[in-house]
Amino acid sequence: MKIHSCLSAILLFLFFSASSAKQNVRTERISGSAGDVLEDDPVGKLKVYVYELPSKYNKKLLQKDPRCLTHMFAAEIFMHRFLLSSPVRTRNPDEADWFYTPIYPTCDLTPTGLPLPFKSPRMMRSSIQLISSNWPYWNRTEGADHFFVVPHDFGACFHYQEEKAIERGILPLLQRATLVQTFGQRNHVCLDEGSITIPPFAPPQKMQAHFIPPDIPRSIFVYFRGLFYDVNNDPEGGYYARGARAAVWENFKNNPLFDISTDHPTTYYEDMQRAIFCLCPLGWAPWSPRLVEAVVFGCIPVIIADDIVLPFADAIPWEEIGVFVAEKDVPELDTILTSIPTEVILRKQRLLANPSMKRAMLFPQPAQPGDAFHQILNGLARKLPHDKSIYLKTGEKALNWTAGPVADLKPW
Amino acid sequence: MKLSVFRLSYWNRRGSSFRSSPSLDPSFDGKSPSSVFWFVIHGLCCLISLILGFRFSHLVLFFLFSTSVTNLYTTPFLFAGNGGVSQLLRLKPLETATNSTVKKNSRVVVGRHGIRIRPWPHPNPIEVLRAHQLLVRVQKEQKSMYGVRSPRTVIVVTPTYVRTFQALHLTGVMHSLMLVPYDLVWIVVEAGGITNETASFIAKSGLKTIHLGFDQKMPNTWEDRHKLETKMRLHALRVVREKKLDGIVMFADDSNMHSMELFDEIQTVKWFGALSVGILAHSGNADELSSILKNEQGKNKEKPSMPIQGPSCNSSEKLVGWHIFNTQPYAKKTAVYIDEKAPVMPSKMEWSGFVLNSRLLWKESLDDKPAWVKDLSLLDDGYAEIESPLSLVKDPSMVEPLGSCGRRVLLWWLRVEARADSKFPPGWIIKSPLEITVPSKRTPWPDSSSELPAAAIKEAKSNSKPRVSKSKSYKEKQEPKAFDGVKVSATS
Repeated sequence: MKIHSCLSAILLFLFFSASSAKQNVRTERISGSAGDVLEDDPVGKLKVYVYELPSKYNKKLLQKDPRCLTHMFAAEIFMHRFLLSSPVRTRNPDEADWFYTPIYPTCDLTPTGLPLPFKSPRMMRSSIQLISSNWPYWNRTEGADHFFVVPHDFGACFHYQEEKAIERGILPLLQRATLVQTFGQRNHVCLDEGSITIPPFAPPQKMQAHFIPPDIPRSIFVYFRGLFYDVNNDPEGGYYARGARAAVWENFKNNPLFDISTDHPTTYYEDMQRAIFCLCPLGWAPWSPRLVEAVVFGCIPVIIADDIVLPFADAIPWEEIGVFVAEKDVPELDTILTSIPTEVILRKQRLLANPSMKRAMLFPQPAQPGDAFHQILNGLARKLPHDKSIYLKTGEKALNWTAGPVADLKPW
Repeated sequence: MKLSVFRLSYWNRRGSSFRSSPSLDPSFDGKSPSSVFWFVIHGLCCLISLILGFRFSHLVLFFLFSTSVTNLYTTPFLFAGNGGVSQLLRLKPLETATNSTVKKNSRVVVGRHGIRIRPWPHPNPIEVLRAHQLLVRVQKEQKSMYGVRSPRTVIVVTPTYVRTFQALHLTGVMHSLMLVPYDLVWIVVEAGGITNETASFIAKSGLKTIHLGFDQKMPNTWEDRHKLETKMRLHALRVVREKKLDGIVMFADDSNMHSMELFDEIQTVKWFGALSVGILAHSGNADELSSILKNEQGKNKEKPSMPIQGPSCNSSEKLVGWHIFNTQPYAKKTAVYIDEKAPVMPSKMEWSGFVLNSRLLWKESLDDKPAWVKDLSLLDDGYAEIESPLSLVKDPSMVEPLGSCGRRVLLWWLRVEARADSKFPPGWIIKSPLEITVPSKRTPWPDSSSELPAAAIKEAKSNSKPRVSKSKSYKEKQEPKAFDGVKVSATS
């Protein structure tokens, strides 16, 4: 088995080195810690069964508010649609390796478009009750071969404020399941060991409509557009972004190399394509769609978020593609960025120019090989085969169905 | 509680006089010294806070009475208490959010953190320089990756002759050519033979030049001038053919203005390409021009025609015809002589709008030389009558339209020349002393005479260079050698 996989890896390597040599544009191949897995094809490696839930868990929510399709949490909806028509889907649950519950917990939006997480735990609980009573597969493993897409701020902790999210912790019922989430921070309550981090949703057509010819010279050194102080929620500063964004502003607002401001220009995407470095600092949560935008537009991401876990970290060598700056080093950001050797910068740009890198960050409609959907499936496939110990003996219970705040136990 | 501890210690130090109530009973009446003292301390703290801008007392209490600060992420920065606050420290001890139920020890803590600002948050010039070097390198890499694959030498043909405006025009062309990032050969054909003036001018460019002389003098009418320029260009093409220069031939007339993108665009030509030229038919008289244009707009109610000369394509990007500059509105009012103050008209097809692969000119027949090009051995005849560059090809529809099918205008045509009797110093260097010295009316020096001799004013007007008087001190400091003989009326 091992020799076979070695052989296939070598063949894959040779094939792709030959094909990349034919490319006109000099890009470099991305090989992560798991090998050249970005181009892996998950079809045939796993089978996913999609539960049939009543539409109040998915379709009705979407009908009530179609904005759910365009905000950065839309991955849950598109994942459902992808799985319904994907070749990995099986209608026979007995042969399935993974089980997917089509539920949209983030689709409860305020008038301004921000998702409210207050009902999500109850919705999740109610759906799990449904699947555990109608199908035997949940009780077989208490969810260890089930996966859920929870793209909200702090994943399955279901709160937008970090302190409250930490207090709640991951929903007790989901503790054995695999969580596919955008949030990732090492040693954090809301990131479970086996979770798969995914990029936030960024609309691919909108971004592709703003491409400029690649020979337009990159003339901006560092680019950033966004808030530095969140005046509404944190007027004194110091809470928002752990003071890192405010530090960027205070230290570099007079620096002509740094094109940073709180504007919302219409040429945002075009400007990113004219910049060498794009700052991706943390906000209220460490992840943001800026990373996806930077990768798609070929701008080297400068990640300022301590202990962050980036999307598909086992498949993509983020250290070689982006620049990581500790939050305490923000006042020296200009020194850090200008002291990177030229060769390193050129190599990072070549890695970013690789189309497989850009594909892996996007959720296109319809799905294309190598895109984020396939990377999620690859991640799930890498976790197979399931360990025998997840199968519980009859009568054995691993989850506590009454744990958690009392408000969560109310029916939805 | 802390307050009463403070008071108690104070009490104990005071000694026996107030031993009556050592218990913590902080109810004092009115004006006892301790309350006054406390009031004074409070006022002092308030004043300090006002000056420093944050709650000073808060900080004092924190430093005096803080307990375990093990979970604090931000290391406490020393703040120089009196005003020189280098790090804005807005820190307060947190309720440890990492409560006991957490199994993992997170290094990163939720809560309020300090905003770190370094003492001198301004750019470091060495770093700025390094950043610019990085930008240049990245752009170079971009150019090599996405730009032209294998750039070819650009062979530029410029007909010129010595006259007042030659320096103006040639400087423009020269600087444009100096900026071209590709290899360049500049063929300058001079009417009236090779002169030192032109030669020294071109030598300043540092480019590879071929200076050819053409034995006829430049005539004084525009029509004849166009004809002679055509002959000069053909002479240059002959030289290209003889020397077998390899590259792309373009025609840069010395009064044209070229954009840098032009040189990138012509690299894409295969055999024979055509560009759009913006025609700026200038007349010295602005009123005349506007009246001409108004007439034109009055006659035909359509849109005014574009002042462009170049290829025009249909919707499938194929060349279907040529756009010509409409000379109708200017009929009867165009300049005949070079120095007339009337609008100058371009010829039907300007040579500067065409580029060709130099291999078309070579004698031996190459395999892939297209059949639709005439055999250019006509050039060897010496004085072939070729009016427009299109007569070099048998089939004009095979010409490649460049600049997104002529929609991008990358160069402009303009003809401006000085009066025939205008004088200019040879090489624009003034060797002999100038004749007139006229003090300027508004000189600040008190001992300059404010009367101007009337004759001096008239002569000054007819000379092209105005003179400015210089005072004694100026003369010592910064006079170039040429001005040695300047007479200054102020110093007498």
